[in-house]
Amino acid sequence: MLGALILVPAVSALVVALVGRARPEWTRLVAVVSSVATLAVAVRMLAEFDPGSAAFQFVEHRAWIAQWGISWHLGVDGISLFLVVLTALLFPLVIVGVDPHHDERRYLAWMLLLEAGVMGSFLSLDLFLFFVMFEIVLVPMYFLIGGWGYGERIYAATKFFIFTMAGSALMLVGIVATVVLARDEVGAVTFSLPELQRAAEFSVAEGRWLFASFALAFAVKVPLVPLHTWLPDAHTQAPTGGSVILAGVLLKMGTYGLLRFAIGLFPEAARWASPLFFTLAVVGIVYGAIAATMQRDLKRLVAYSSVAHLGFIVLGTFALTTQAVSGAVIQMVNHGVSTGALFLLVGMISDRRHTREIDALRGLQHVAPVFAGTFTVVMLSSIGVPGLNGFVGEFLVLIGSFGPARWWTVVATTGVVLAALYLLWAYQRVFHGEPDEANRGFAEMTWREGALMSVFVAIIVATGVYPAPMLDRMRPSVDALIARVAGG
Amino acid sequence: MDVGTFAAPAVQWWALSPLLALAGTALAILVVGALTPPWRAGLLPLATATGAGAAATLAALQWTTAVASPTTLVGGALAWDPYAVLVTVLVSGSVVLGSLALSDWLWRERAETPEAHALLLTAAIGAIVMANATDLVVTFLGLETLSLSLYVLAAMNRRRTESQEAGLKYFILGGVASAFFLYGVALTYGVAGTTRLGAISGELGMSIGVPRNDVLLLVGVAMVLVGLAFKASLVPFHSWAPDVYHGAPTPITGFMASAGKAAAVATLVRVMLVAYPSRADDWRPVLWAVGALTLLGGAVLAIVQVDVKRMLAYSSIGHAGFMLVGLEAAGHRGAFAEDAGAAAVAGYLAIYALLVLGTFAAVALVVGEGDAATTVDVFQGLGRRSPWLASALTVLLLAQAGVPLTSGFVAKFGVVRAAVDAGSYWLAGVAMLSAVVAAYLYLRLVVAMWLRDAAGPAVAVPPASRVVLVVCVAATLGIGIVPGWFLDLLADVASFAS
Repeated sequence: MLGALILVPAVSALVVALVGRARPEWTRLVAVVSSVATLAVAVRMLAEFDPGSAAFQFVEHRAWIAQWGISWHLGVDGISLFLVVLTALLFPLVIVGVDPHHDERRYLAWMLLLEAGVMGSFLSLDLFLFFVMFEIVLVPMYFLIGGWGYGERIYAATKFFIFTMAGSALMLVGIVATVVLARDEVGAVTFSLPELQRAAEFSVAEGRWLFASFALAFAVKVPLVPLHTWLPDAHTQAPTGGSVILAGVLLKMGTYGLLRFAIGLFPEAARWASPLFFTLAVVGIVYGAIAATMQRDLKRLVAYSSVAHLGFIVLGTFALTTQAVSGAVIQMVNHGVSTGALFLLVGMISDRRHTREIDALRGLQHVAPVFAGTFTVVMLSSIGVPGLNGFVGEFLVLIGSFGPARWWTVVATTGVVLAALYLLWAYQRVFHGEPDEANRGFAEMTWREGALMSVFVAIIVATGVYPAPMLDRMRPSVDALIARVAGG
Repeated sequence: MDVGTFAAPAVQWWALSPLLALAGTALAILVVGALTPPWRAGLLPLATATGAGAAATLAALQWTTAVASPTTLVGGALAWDPYAVLVTVLVSGSVVLGSLALSDWLWRERAETPEAHALLLTAAIGAIVMANATDLVVTFLGLETLSLSLYVLAAMNRRRTESQEAGLKYFILGGVASAFFLYGVALTYGVAGTTRLGAISGELGMSIGVPRNDVLLLVGVAMVLVGLAFKASLVPFHSWAPDVYHGAPTPITGFMASAGKAAAVATLVRVMLVAYPSRADDWRPVLWAVGALTLLGGAVLAIVQVDVKRMLAYSSIGHAGFMLVGLEAAGHRGAFAEDAGAAAVAGYLAIYALLVLGTFAAVALVVGEGDAATTVDVFQGLGRRSPWLASALTVLLLAQAGVPLTSGFVAKFGVVRAAVDAGSYWLAGVAMLSAVVAAYLYLRLVVAMWLRDAAGPAVAVPPASRVVLVVCVAATLGIGIVPGWFLDLLADVASFAS
């Protein structure tokens, strides 16, 4: 079943690329059908998931490169479950809801390949397979930003590619070293994560070096300050669909990787490094918020708000208490939903007005009240207002981190206030006031856009009001991870 | 020795058959070509490819025997072991693909002559002899045969001064490098009293009670290293490569980067591991430093180029650095890595040969008549003008950058794995970082092809070049996605007859 989540989009990408040339009218249909089919598989997986188990479920294990101990090894647990579902959900929404404006065939092929890569990253239980998926994601994203983005798109795409690749270059050395150093304890050369976690023992120095090589790759991807500079550029220049996916799931590959691989394999080193990560996370929260406040470009503002939000996730991840880690995981999903939705809305503004300058927009709520209302809900979710999804994650993170990282948490709390500041201030400038000549023609939300946004709003409200089903399914895996870190 | 009792060494015809096929084809083309009126277009490359293909097939058929019982040929002059067979197949295969690409180039330049093809074959003979020699004097013979053929091939385009300049520059600098190599051989002989690789190792291995001039020996090893480093274009002996790669006819550049580089690196592997293993602790740090310099130098100098052929020349230097990472790993004695390192280098050679042949075949088509327009701008909008050609070139470039699911990633992973296994973490790290810097260069070409628009005519892809591109791309993806069979082959490769 899990293999289908990767192979269906991958094969459809090929079909779209090759068949689409002869039959351009089919490309969209193939893309929509295959991404919806992937979603259907993910939903079935969600329904059949055993909430009481901490183990990996639906495991698929086939030899791939037997000579090197590498296998096609997939599985899902409470930590990756909702990220997989989020991925499966966001792609069809973006494919159906966002128009690429030109070269649809190639755009859709890259999108589907991207989906396959992201799925593979969240599902892989083999270090090599994970690395392959983690790297392969760069190629479609690079072409999406470079081919369908805004003005400075090539600069942004190249920066994205080089930054991320530079981060993960040393991770490859780290992965090989992990496997080689664990060879004697495990009894064989294997890249299997469960096997390595079961048997491998590293000396303190080894563990810390290896942790560093993994953590650097993920820190670039998250991104943590000061490695974040690629993000505002990539987000701002990417096409709307690309931004949604980038914020929604690609950044999560970093935080997920930290949790699953860096912390999961090297618990001692993770505890040792946690003050550094607390500091970087809190700096990210405050810096991201302040930088967001200063932005003139609405999209750049949302991009910097991502830096701040991801700071909360990293803080919770390294606090390593049940509440904090659950909060971090649920916040990964929440941030994907609410920031994805914000990027969609900003994309709609940009399509209508051909500018995203905050100064050029005014009084939109008079001409487009439904649009403004949707924006308000999504914005409040991003701020973390109780009753909406953002609150659940941030609250759990703050509560859970207060014990192990008290003063950092105190500073992080200011991030919540600052989030209200920059988003509400932006809202005020864009939506309040009297619309001038240019903004009077701002079109109200269409039915298609409304249907698209209603999915996001539904998730935002549902998670905010009743997060228990999600938290229950995460709980066993999160507890198992924390027990491992505490014991190791 | 009394002349009367001279016993000719036994000649193993079957084992030598690949070399004989190459030599026979070369001679036939030269003699028949000189005596007959100009051949019909396509016949010359067909004959060359058939001869080289036969050589590759014959060598491939010998694989199992060579794995089972590696030995030496013609009185201990040439090795007949898996490594040798692999190099033979690789070089002969490069001739097949190279002659196909070259035929389209010759046709476009209206310069079809038999010499070009015959020289390709003699270069291959030189490359094979050089890499498989088990006697330093024979190595030198091979090296000179290869080099002389390449000097002429580089200068083959008589209408272009750059080509003449490239040939002359290569000739002069190559002569100096050959001299270094020969002096190194002489010094080694002075210490060890023999030029046989195995015998040198045996002589140097006896450590107790033998008075020996270590300075002489180390200078000798260093000079051999310099000579081979020049041929393999390792920093700081690389300065000829960009000029020659730029000036030479583009398909010849591809051949130099594949067969020429493979022969030089394979020789380096054989000489270092067979003749001087007991001095590994002396030469390994040198290779470490040269490797790091080559990796970084190749990558950093590549990204500031504006000319595509020079860019690819520096990228080829960087790839040689990766090969050195594998050799450095093989220099750690006693480790499990000894085999892994040599095998990883062999895999890298084979994979890179296919990548670079395909890349230059595509570049040769794009740069147009006379190899005149070689700046990055020429590639703008190629994705729209010739989508298939651009797709093929993109796959090959991404593979060179080391993107997963391509053969380039398998190659890089192999050497990094060997290096880490041997404990050379820092060198592995330098290699990976240089790969990131180099990625920028490949991206520049990809950007030009796909993300920038420029009007222009579509680039026609003649049938021979089409074959080359299809083979190279298929191998790139095949090895990249299902590397198992390729690694199985490599598992046997690292045994050396001496």
